[in-house]
Amino acid sequence: MFRFIVKRLLEAIPTLWALVTLSFFLMRFSPGSPFTSERGIPAAVLANLQAKYHMNEPLMNQYFHYLWDLLHGNLGYSFRFSDYTINQLIAQSFPISAEIGFWSFLVAVSLGVICGVFAALRQNSLLDYGVMTFANIGMVLPNFVIAPLCILFFSIKHHWLPAGGWNGGAWQYLIMPVIAMSTSYIAQIARITRGSMIETMHSHFIRTARAKGLPKARIVIQHALRPAMLPVVSYLGPAFVGIVTGSVVVDQFFGTGGIGQNFVNGALNRDYSLVMGVTILIGTLTILFNAIVDILYVFIDPKIRY
Amino acid sequence: MKKTKTLIASAILAASFGAMQVYAANVPAGVQLAKNQVLVKGGEGEPQTIDPQKVSGTPGSLRDRDLFEGLYSEGKDGVLVPGVAESYTVNKDHTVYTFKLRHDAKWSDGSPVTAEDFVFGFQRLVDPKTASTYSYYAALAGIKNAQNIIDGKDKVSSLGVKALDAHTFQVTLDHSVPYFVKMTVNSSLFPAPKKVVEKWGDAWTKPEHIVSNGAYKLESWVVNQQMVFVRNHDYWNDKKTVINKVVVLPIVDAAVEYSRYMAGDLDMTSNSGIPTNRYHELLKTVPNQVKVSPALAVYYYDFNNQKPPFNDVRVRKALSYAIDRNIITKYVTGTGEIPAYSFTPPDVSGFKAKEPQYEKWTQAERNKKAQELLKAAGFDKSHPLNFTLLYNTNENHKKIAIAISAMWKKTLGVNVTLDNQEWKTFLNTRQLGNYQVARDGWFGDYNEASTFLSLLDSTSSQNNAQYKNPAYDKLMDEAAKANNPAPYYQKAEDLAIDQDMAVAPIYQYVTKRLIKPYVGGYMPNLEDNIYTRDMYIIKH
Repeated sequence: MFRFIVKRLLEAIPTLWALVTLSFFLMRFSPGSPFTSERGIPAAVLANLQAKYHMNEPLMNQYFHYLWDLLHGNLGYSFRFSDYTINQLIAQSFPISAEIGFWSFLVAVSLGVICGVFAALRQNSLLDYGVMTFANIGMVLPNFVIAPLCILFFSIKHHWLPAGGWNGGAWQYLIMPVIAMSTSYIAQIARITRGSMIETMHSHFIRTARAKGLPKARIVIQHALRPAMLPVVSYLGPAFVGIVTGSVVVDQFFGTGGIGQNFVNGALNRDYSLVMGVTILIGTLTILFNAIVDILYVFIDPKIRY
Repeated sequence: MKKTKTLIASAILAASFGAMQVYAANVPAGVQLAKNQVLVKGGEGEPQTIDPQKVSGTPGSLRDRDLFEGLYSEGKDGVLVPGVAESYTVNKDHTVYTFKLRHDAKWSDGSPVTAEDFVFGFQRLVDPKTASTYSYYAALAGIKNAQNIIDGKDKVSSLGVKALDAHTFQVTLDHSVPYFVKMTVNSSLFPAPKKVVEKWGDAWTKPEHIVSNGAYKLESWVVNQQMVFVRNHDYWNDKKTVINKVVVLPIVDAAVEYSRYMAGDLDMTSNSGIPTNRYHELLKTVPNQVKVSPALAVYYYDFNNQKPPFNDVRVRKALSYAIDRNIITKYVTGTGEIPAYSFTPPDVSGFKAKEPQYEKWTQAERNKKAQELLKAAGFDKSHPLNFTLLYNTNENHKKIAIAISAMWKKTLGVNVTLDNQEWKTFLNTRQLGNYQVARDGWFGDYNEASTFLSLLDSTSSQNNAQYKNPAYDKLMDEAAKANNPAPYYQKAEDLAIDQDMAVAPIYQYVTKRLIKPYVGGYMPNLEDNIYTRDMYIIKH
């Protein structure tokens, strides 16, 4: 197990390096520059701006400079928000997205698994159809539709909840972002759980358990749930990263100040360092959580050994 | 000192504005104020910076108007209001301005605001080391040596600014700029706290470090979430300020801003806070909350004047004439925009462009003339004009482009391909002149015609239409030197629009915002220079 973890960590290094390199050059080759503005910038001013970001040097030097700074944990100054470094921007926005993400994840997993299990146990019943209809709707309804609908209902019509803002993450401010964020995940998890549960319930060991006359609840909880969770867990690794790194839609509609908006606006503003910073964060988390999922397999499936 | 005295003595026409009314929240008698004086307002997007000398867009400047105060501010209808300056004198040529600063102006750390702080602020603006993208503003204002310093050819200390004593600040200009005082309302000409800037460098604008001299100070700032300002009790006119706390939300999308306003989260939206599709409904449901007023801004199309066939004035005129501006403003934009025929909006102070000839014609006459011109230029049914119209990705620009290309097709048989690019790519393409016809727009930096007309100068970095006419450049040079530039501006308008149609003006923008009825003291002006310190919350 220890060897496995070390191996995964060592593999992460070339993966991250490739990610950094690719994003670095893709960003630089996009048309326009961070300093493109409606009014041209005087040459001497531009020279100083470029010097601040090492953009006056050859591209390869910029690249090595970036790698060097990165090794020291320095993600550089933001091109767009010149009062901020990338480390500061991420430190400010990531905890917000992580909090929304944490609750959305909790809601998505618990509701998704419960719905999936019940639908599977009552396969082809009204309950099953009901749950699956909801799941299909949840999957096709994008969050940019759910978010304004929530605002319309909870805030404008009934004035139950504030239409946006953060207020240190008070619960009233969390509800709508969590709904918007988790709906599609609930749906997805319910579908995966249902499929996998149906399959497991038809397997030999469950038939044996039934034949032995075990009560149904015990069969489901003790025997079926664990193996049925395998595909769900492999889905949850990347899904977790997607959830905690936020969504531009949620950030924009609810004005939470999360990291999702930074990513998209960073690209539009050619804020090279911001895009790089968020990419590296997402990349690192993805590798980390995929490794965690692999480790979890060992506990869920006794057949797996590393 | 001697020099100053003679200058002031020779200023026969010196204007003195010492007795002018000072604005603040003037609460009418009988109005009961709310206990909780908090204003939540839309702040357009997230500012790139709030460093006054580096601010280059409205999100930054609208926040800086609350945090900082310059020599002069603007009041109702754009009238000049003394800020840190109590009064000023100017010599006969309008080249030396001497400002008397009030003695009670203080920074939020309690230290006095002195002439040195203005010297430092102005020098900082032009210093290439600051790398301010708005440094050109100092050159535009004509401050002596500004351009040389920006270009790195001269020392920062050679800038035409001087602290005659702690409370007397003098600006010397390269040439006559009669409207210089108006330009001081822009945040780039605000003072800067030297000690704080030097101590913290780029981080001086952080809430934990910043020292400001406006009615408010920065309490907290979370990027893309909100900024919170609280009363600066060291502000000289704090006694007359009513609102205690300002929360500024960086909302870009009008639909989002609208929903947060309707939910009661916002007391006042930004100046683009009304979604077009909601406008008519709002006029019916909450007419007293819809505030629409003209803005100092023009929406126009650039013709690439260097590329055939747009180097032919007949083609440019034909296309411009065939645009039915009334249809655009009435049915496409539809929120009170004003059709534009001249380049400078007619509301600009000190100059009212007379109607160009084609404005006086009916649209039918314009269309007929357009058909004749295009035919004369060699385009007809068998040989139609084909070109691409470029705009930056945005629903409103798209609607306008579709409408105008349909007008061109119908009236002139022209085939237009629409092409949209996202903002930065678009700017790059347009600046390089890699387009045929492109969307453009400009919000005046200050309330004077040159903020628009200088864009068509052949040396302007913003001459996106690539219009090059030596006669035009000469007129603009002469206007800059003249005590009364209006006649030159008129000639420049005649030349660039009536005669050359370098660009096609389409409409004048409006400021459109929603304000709750309990917000008092809102004084709209052309440049949307709104100050929270003038406002108050009525009991509701």
